[in-house]
Amino acid sequence: MGLELPKYPEMEEDNFVNFTDSEIVSHVKDALTSVLSGDSNSYNQLVAVMHHSKRLAPDEVALLETTLKALGGAVSCIDTTLHDSLLSAIFSMSMWNYGPHVADALAELIVSLAISNGKYLDLCLGMLVSNFTPPPYFLDKLKLPRGLERKGQVLSLVHAAFKKISDYIPLAPLRLSNIVLQGMPTIYHKDRAIVIYVENMLKLESGEIGELVGSTMLMAVVDQLIELDLEIGWDAILQDDFSKGIFEMELEDVDEVEESAEQDTGEFRLSRKSLAGNSIAELLDNLLVLTFEHLESCERAGRLAKVFETLLQSFQITVMSAYKSKFTQFVMFYACALDPDYCGMRFATMLADLFVQDSHPQPIRMSAVAYLASYLSRAKFLSASRISSMLKRLVDWCLEYGKTPDGDINPNAHRVFYSGCQAIMYVLCFRMKVFMDVPRLKMQLLMPMEQILKHKLNPLKVCLPSVVEEFLLQSKAACLFTVSKTFVFDGLLESELSRAFGGLERLDTFFPFDPCLLKRCDSFIRPMFVFWSMVKPTYDDAYDDDNDDGSSDDELIQDFVNENEDIMDDGVARSFDEQGLDLDEFDCALKKMSITPKNGFSYKFGGGFQEPTRMPCRIRPSTSPESL
Amino acid sequence: MLKSSSFSLGHQSQLKMKGLSVADADLVVYVHPSKSRKVSQAILRELSSLLFKFNEAFDGVLLAYDVNIQDKQAKILSGVHPYFGLRLKANLLLFSPKSDMLLEGKVVKLSQESIHVIILGFSSAIITAQNIRGEFKYKTKDEEELFASRSHKRHVIKVGTMIRFLVKSFDEEILHIIGSLMPAHTGSICWLDWNLEEISEFDRSATKSRGREWQEDKTFEGTTPLSYNNHIKKSKKHRITED
Repeated sequence: MGLELPKYPEMEEDNFVNFTDSEIVSHVKDALTSVLSGDSNSYNQLVAVMHHSKRLAPDEVALLETTLKALGGAVSCIDTTLHDSLLSAIFSMSMWNYGPHVADALAELIVSLAISNGKYLDLCLGMLVSNFTPPPYFLDKLKLPRGLERKGQVLSLVHAAFKKISDYIPLAPLRLSNIVLQGMPTIYHKDRAIVIYVENMLKLESGEIGELVGSTMLMAVVDQLIELDLEIGWDAILQDDFSKGIFEMELEDVDEVEESAEQDTGEFRLSRKSLAGNSIAELLDNLLVLTFEHLESCERAGRLAKVFETLLQSFQITVMSAYKSKFTQFVMFYACALDPDYCGMRFATMLADLFVQDSHPQPIRMSAVAYLASYLSRAKFLSASRISSMLKRLVDWCLEYGKTPDGDINPNAHRVFYSGCQAIMYVLCFRMKVFMDVPRLKMQLLMPMEQILKHKLNPLKVCLPSVVEEFLLQSKAACLFTVSKTFVFDGLLESELSRAFGGLERLDTFFPFDPCLLKRCDSFIRPMFVFWSMVKPTYDDAYDDDNDDGSSDDELIQDFVNENEDIMDDGVARSFDEQGLDLDEFDCALKKMSITPKNGFSYKFGGGFQEPTRMPCRIRPSTSPESL
Repeated sequence: MLKSSSFSLGHQSQLKMKGLSVADADLVVYVHPSKSRKVSQAILRELSSLLFKFNEAFDGVLLAYDVNIQDKQAKILSGVHPYFGLRLKANLLLFSPKSDMLLEGKVVKLSQESIHVIILGFSSAIITAQNIRGEFKYKTKDEEELFASRSHKRHVIKVGTMIRFLVKSFDEEILHIIGSLMPAHTGSICWLDWNLEEISEFDRSATKSRGREWQEDKTFEGTTPLSYNNHIKKSKKHRITED
């Protein structure tokens, strides 16, 4: 028993436990007030106890706990100027360093301090927020069971403290959200610190004061995601070297990547340099997964619809206005997948609304329809009827637009129209087979298309050649309509005209829901995602017999027609691999449906290629003219 | 976005509760041209951003507002961003606690060291032990903490009691008040109001009816003054019939 309460030197060691709480409190009060009269001895000893934090013996732990509790009772005597050394000692303490009892006493002290005087509120909230992240030495231990236990203990204390303070100071949550936002670690901090900080922000959203601070927290998280997203370079996308234009559809085998590395100079890929280190992508990956898991818990709690409104707002303000966000939009995708009926449709409707309203600026409208097109094509959980209703809106709008008189081919002037047409064609490339099998949809949707495509404005010439080619192939096979002129694009991804309508932002080549290249995210998204290889184009009847994997199309048809022999579950992607199809056999044109860079991201970011995530869709351009 | 606003307060009328007042204000709000299609929304947003914050010009915390656009025409400022200024007439509900003002609030936490109060659901106040007059003694009864008056046994303050207290100081940033229960006319509102009306009756009726009254009282501790006033009338009648 080293340190004793100094005012009672005659006290025996055994008598220590005989002091009542109020006696200890009054002793501490005396120590505090005696500073005023010049006697700082006891006060200094108090401060010394607070500073003593490393490797505490059990009796020292007991002393610390007792002191903290006593201080909690004596907060009214603490003065900012006289006792600033004590205050700074308290505010620099980290709950991560102590066991449950001391941490609890410390949290109680902070709460008492916060509610005792307005001056301390911000400081106390700041101290609690700084306890979101453990001290540096602890970051490594977070994965260990002991670390996890400590984490659970500290975070629950911190969040409980927020609730208590809010109970007594109703405006505290407002100040708290400001402090949390200001305290966000930047990307230059240790990655794990950011992850746990964001975890805390999401915990605030779902916690007891979630009603008050939740939406601010969520929007700040999305802001952070976008910031990281934009840090990842996408320089290659601005290269104009599309002469060769061979692109991989989806994720690729590592080996194949290496082989072809030298051959395809025109290839655009995410250059290794521009990545600014794998760490940012890995961090983004972890944060996105954290967000997905949070959305899952919201869904289980029945709150997803409400949270989705905030996400929608955040999406419009932050994600849509970011130049070609790469991965953050998958947050919306995942939320929609968790609740297709409400969230899924709400998202699509919002995008369609943005597109059809004249009052919005052009880039926003074009971006919205690009998101819509990519979403409708890739979302496995959307039923055919829903997709068709969205498409119908686009078709109706394009038809309406076509009626305006000044219609000569002019990519720049009619950008919105061309982006709308391209969107429709893109979705139909993925879903045409489904619609063909339902006569009602065929009439409503596909017939009016002819009018649009044959319009003076000539969308077939202006829109992205790769999309147009595929679309024409499929519509020809489906006998939808015949096009008098031949459209020969020679395997080009894009053309002068498409670039013109796409503009500086290149919104003609923007397919935001292309397969996610972040490994962990991809594993979440995959079961609800339509890969191009899963799609059954109308010209491939041979395709039908070869694979009995139901893929997404069959599930869609199921809604209307009751043929269901070939329905399979989500294992589709993997089973497809195993069939070892030799794709060179396919007598089809370039399926350049995405601008996904070909190198296996999963290889780069995962730090090791764990499992074959490949879709064997490396398709070489067909040189045979009969493919057209 | 709104750049700045200027206001002048017109007539101000006090409400029954001290510290609350309704004021007429002439405001000029400057709106960014991008919001010219949604002017009302812009105005509401600007005024909403002032809510629950202390405002120097109003000398109080804005709690609620009701606004009318005076003029359909607005002057455009010259400059890089041509903001235009809108004249508005507004009714503002303001909360401006001053020192030595009496305020009322509900007790949410009570300990030997302090009483914590919340006023109007948004402002917080603390009354430390040194600001509680000696008349009140801290007790624990049935595991409930309370302050009971030594001279008037029924005058009790515990969690949930509405109390009237004196303002010592007001932190404008946090909207936190340091209060005091030193003056004699501070304490539990129920007791104070009742005491005021019944003081003569109290002196007259000695011990007999007092026992019965106390039993009735206990169930009504902590109710709002309004409902208690109704009860007073009721119990008065009751006692008179008994007598």
